[in-house]
Amino acid sequence: MPTDGVNKKRRRFLVATTSVVGAVGAGFAAVPFISTWKPSAKAKAVGAPVQVPIDGLEPGQIMKVQWRGQTIGVLRRTEGTLDMLDEVSDDLRDPASLESDQPEYASNEARALRDEFLVVNMHCTHLGCIPQLIPEVGSQPFEENWKGGFYCPCHKSKFDLAGRVYKGVPAPTNLKVPPYSYLDDDTLIIGVSPEGAV
Amino acid sequence: MANPENTQAASDNKLMAWIDKRLPVTALWNNVMTGYYAPKNFNFWYYLGSLALLVLAIQILSGIFLTMHYKPDAELAFASVEYIMRDVEWGWLVRYMHSTGASFFFVVIYLHMFRALLYGSHREPRELVWILGMLIYVALMAEAFMGYVLPWGQMSYWGAQVIINLFGAIPGIGEPLTEWIRGDYFISDATLNRFFALHVIALPLAILGLVMVHLVALRENGSNNPDGIEIKANKDENGIPKDGIPFHPYYTVKDIFGVGMFLMIFAFVIFFWPEAGGLFLEHDNFVPADPLVTPEHIKPVWYFTPYYAILKAVPDKLMGVILMGISVLILFFVPWLDRSPAKSIRYKGAWYKIMLGLFVIAFLRLGMLGMAEGTPAQTIEMRVWTFVYFAFFILMYFISPRAKTKPLPERVTH
Repeated sequence: MPTDGVNKKRRRFLVATTSVVGAVGAGFAAVPFISTWKPSAKAKAVGAPVQVPIDGLEPGQIMKVQWRGQTIGVLRRTEGTLDMLDEVSDDLRDPASLESDQPEYASNEARALRDEFLVVNMHCTHLGCIPQLIPEVGSQPFEENWKGGFYCPCHKSKFDLAGRVYKGVPAPTNLKVPPYSYLDDDTLIIGVSPEGAV
Repeated sequence: MANPENTQAASDNKLMAWIDKRLPVTALWNNVMTGYYAPKNFNFWYYLGSLALLVLAIQILSGIFLTMHYKPDAELAFASVEYIMRDVEWGWLVRYMHSTGASFFFVVIYLHMFRALLYGSHREPRELVWILGMLIYVALMAEAFMGYVLPWGQMSYWGAQVIINLFGAIPGIGEPLTEWIRGDYFISDATLNRFFALHVIALPLAILGLVMVHLVALRENGSNNPDGIEIKANKDENGIPKDGIPFHPYYTVKDIFGVGMFLMIFAFVIFFWPEAGGLFLEHDNFVPADPLVTPEHIKPVWYFTPYYAILKAVPDKLMGVILMGISVLILFFVPWLDRSPAKSIRYKGAWYKIMLGLFVIAFLRLGMLGMAEGTPAQTIEMRVWTFVYFAFFILMYFISPRAKTKPLPERVTH
């Protein structure tokens, strides 16, 4: 390659512009490939609301349903457990659910539309395992003074019977509450907020 | 690099001469094998590089045959693995070779990395050899993780759930990022299918490419040795290092002996102890994946548990993920953290022996605690060893330039 009389400035300019155009082209070409990884149209279509009949649920009993691939728990709480929610407040990280994810209409203390029924996304807010419901009050292997609640077997996160997270565990926030409403007294619908609510 | 007298460009053999004129086979062989002089004082630790290549070859070979029978479909995957184990002739052997090979890969790689820490093999001018090795290690972790998802057992499923959700801790982009990785709102068929593609095509290609570059970078300066001194500083009149011996036949023969010993142990595990008591193949993974039930006690395979323990030791989601990330990343910087005038542990002084010893204990204990149930006492212990793990690197930076070293030898010792 003869080097006499080379216009180095022009050569640098051409190399730089060619590189930039090439990089932009590669960037655009990457878009379709990266997009193939997003949830497909089929996966999105499966996310329809789910109806849950709750008339068969006894006090203290929990029912698990699937909504958008997430496990949603419906727990019928007893009078006694509802009274207890107040007592554990001091041990909770976010007792008033200020930093947690729930619809406006479920950000009260019981975190529910009707206090009796807790509707909660069962996936631990730490890394997505499913905590177990341990309603018994008293000594447990993981906690001496257990007041009843949810306990995650993966990384030992603890939640009370309103899905509120205890202090000193890896989970950062309370269990999420999905949007839901009552079709009638005996039927819940998960994925649809009450009319007029946000 | 190569000995001029030994580097014949072409062979005397007529056929080889014909080939050499078109493809420089003889020149390449001379360059990297007979004309490449390696230090004469290699010991046990220098088997591990060639053994890592051997395990890579075993994994590729057994993996190719597994893909001929495995089905990357959430409905069919679990059953297809059982089909390989029960109905495919010798399928159990091929699968056990692959699953045992994965664990042995990490045994070999961890010892190989430990060798570098012993003798300062990562030090100038071999920093890129170390960094390329670390990239191989990270790619290998991704490869192993995705491979573990493929049988679609309970541990596959919930392990994937936990690991993918680690990315959810990143503020702002976390949630959409996990959705993008999964390709769905939960771990599903889409996730399994793409992990299969990455596990059998993308990552093996990346690993092979990185191994090639790792070896090219190694040969540029030649291997380090247990004394941590440069053999090229002492050459004879022909330009051959006085303490060097030709890689072939001396080290090829040595490595073949190592291969023989390794294969004996490998075969013993495959035939008599393939699950290794739940260490290599976890019990819960013999149950098909169930999105509704998390296993009682969820943990990764043994080679990830030290990092998992660091994650568990931190009572904060984001901080735990960050600390776990740093625990791997910090290894990349070891060539610059170690500022001792001596490379090898033989001349660094007692401080390094104590610190490296504590580091090894910390790594092993974290590995054991990462598998454990996690009582409050164990959590405290995990925090202590996590502290020791990081202290090793940080203290090394401050102690290494100041500590008194033993005088370095002129030539390698025996």
